[in-house]
Amino acid sequence: MQDLLTLGFLAALLGAAWRLATPLIFAAIGEVFSERAGILNIGLEGTMLMGAFCGFAATFATGHIGLGLMAGIAAGMIFGLIFAFFTITVKANQIVVGAAINLLGLGLTSFLFRTYYVSTGRGVEIAAPVRIPWLSDLPFFGQAVFRQNPIVYSTVIVTILATILLYRSSFGLTLRAVGDHPKAVDVAGRSVAAYRYGAVLLGTGLAGLGGAFLTLGHSNQFVEGITSGRGFIALAVVIFARWSPVGAFFVSLLFGLFYALQLQLQAQPMGNVPYQVFQALPYLMTIIAVVVVGGKTVAPRSLGVPYNER
Amino acid sequence: MTQVEQGGRGDAASRPYFRMGRILTGTATAIALPAAAVAIALLCGAVLLTLNGFNGTDVINVMLLGVFQDMRSVSEILLKATPLILIGTGLCVAFRCKMWNIGAEGQLYAGAVAATLVGVSFEGLSPWLYVPAVMIAGALGGAFWGGIAGYLKVRFHASEIVTTIMLNYIALITTSYLVTGPMKDAGAAYPQSARLLRESWLPALFTGMRVHIGIVIALVLALALYVFLYRSSAGYAMRVVGINPHAARYAGIKPGRNMISAMCISGGMAGLAGAIEIAGITHRLYQTISPGYGFEAIAVALLAGNNPLGAIASGGLFAVLRSGAELMQINSQVPQVLVLVIQGIVILSVVAFAAFRWRPGRKS
Repeated sequence: MQDLLTLGFLAALLGAAWRLATPLIFAAIGEVFSERAGILNIGLEGTMLMGAFCGFAATFATGHIGLGLMAGIAAGMIFGLIFAFFTITVKANQIVVGAAINLLGLGLTSFLFRTYYVSTGRGVEIAAPVRIPWLSDLPFFGQAVFRQNPIVYSTVIVTILATILLYRSSFGLTLRAVGDHPKAVDVAGRSVAAYRYGAVLLGTGLAGLGGAFLTLGHSNQFVEGITSGRGFIALAVVIFARWSPVGAFFVSLLFGLFYALQLQLQAQPMGNVPYQVFQALPYLMTIIAVVVVGGKTVAPRSLGVPYNER
Repeated sequence: MTQVEQGGRGDAASRPYFRMGRILTGTATAIALPAAAVAIALLCGAVLLTLNGFNGTDVINVMLLGVFQDMRSVSEILLKATPLILIGTGLCVAFRCKMWNIGAEGQLYAGAVAATLVGVSFEGLSPWLYVPAVMIAGALGGAFWGGIAGYLKVRFHASEIVTTIMLNYIALITTSYLVTGPMKDAGAAYPQSARLLRESWLPALFTGMRVHIGIVIALVLALALYVFLYRSSAGYAMRVVGINPHAARYAGIKPGRNMISAMCISGGMAGLAGAIEIAGITHRLYQTISPGYGFEAIAVALLAGNNPLGAIASGGLFAVLRSGAELMQINSQVPQVLVLVIQGIVILSVVAFAAFRWRPGRKS
């Protein structure tokens, strides 16, 4: 109980929270783009699994983490392409297709993992931590928070880039219009479908990257269902963050904090509070978040609605 | 799919001469399209097997046909079909009301917990009372868990997709807490509850086989839900809310009440499935009593076009595939998770066909 409150403990917790939030940050920011264009992708869980598996497989084969990350992104985008084809071109229900994508992701990765890797038991070398010149020397926090691998640091860059792209570029402007008022975009002579494809591919690419981080920057092994619900949590993060990339960064960090606390308590029980309470907390928080945000009309207006061209 | 069926029904009624023909072609497409979807999925499964050095024809020989060797394996298929039919038909009701209940897995666990609490508590009760009591407890537990999401949707506009997914995790975590803590069997080494009293067990259908009366309950309830959806005014109201809640309101139907009811019905069916797993097979509560029946049932309902009668067939088919996948793993070391890939492709094929079918109608 004593050491729960020391500065060193808090710093360690914050460092772990950032690491655990990283896959959520990528996936949630990706989903922000997708939902801003009106596409709700509940297939994120399966997409992240594909990213995690393909990233692992590519690094396993070549030894290059960079190649693994690219493979993760590519795998995510391939699933994104399937999702986009069925939801945008075929105009099928987004929830139904998302559910199918989740089944495919879990089934395919588990099938291939059991066929080729489960018996080897070998892992890959994960990305090494990098010091940041001035920040890593800060007392207490420097050691714990700024001793991360480059993938974790890159979440900040991705957040900034995503914000600029969404709010300060003509692509972003049109993208947001597609989600709110697809007909207006259509009348202005731009293709709603093309923007939606772009948004979904961007989103699933980032989800694939988030998945790949799990096997290349966090644990060094692929495990069946390694994402353990992060794809679903990312959906909740987006709502909680009110569809903003910066919001997604900080909400993910909050959820990362819950993960970190729960792991800490499993190792070091605190009084008679069962660790399951902290395990359930992110999910409970999510429900509270959608209850609080649910009534307000901040969601993109045409979210989940297929668009028929004129 | 809804639109075509609604339109078809109206046309057929107004032109009696064509009625028989319409019903026949309607039934034919209702069977042919899912069958084609399954065929495509099995073909993809065979390709996947062949590409990875397995025997592709196993998909047909083992997965689809190999499981019918003897009565015992048929009994095992029926055991797997029971929860799939129960949950699948319940989801038909929810989906018809456009409530996207992704939380059947959690509702199953809520029902299983409630059923276990009742099943371990009342000594000396007659089986005639005890078995129904356990079933009702399970159904109420699931209905409560589903009802939460329905209430939050209606009262706070909280997306039921998100809340049901989160409630899944909360149910699973709560179950794992209960069987490692308060409900743990004191003498057991593994996390499990005490054993249900024998009077609360579901009776077997045939001696020497595991299949119990749960399958009969599932079939009767599937039929009942079909009658409810298509032959009762309450079911009609629910379908109207699903097609157009605004129109429903003008017609004097309360959308909110129907949405919550639909969630309670589908949650109750999932909870009942949980109770049946406990009282019929495991006789104890474990951390993992369901291998994902709640998620698989989503595919069952979709393949059936959200029609409870169709869900009997698709639930049976998925049970065959699941048994077949297990057999394939035993016989030729093919990972049984292949069945998930096949289910995913079934869903994608069904939605592609459905879109292809109703597109001309929408243009007019």
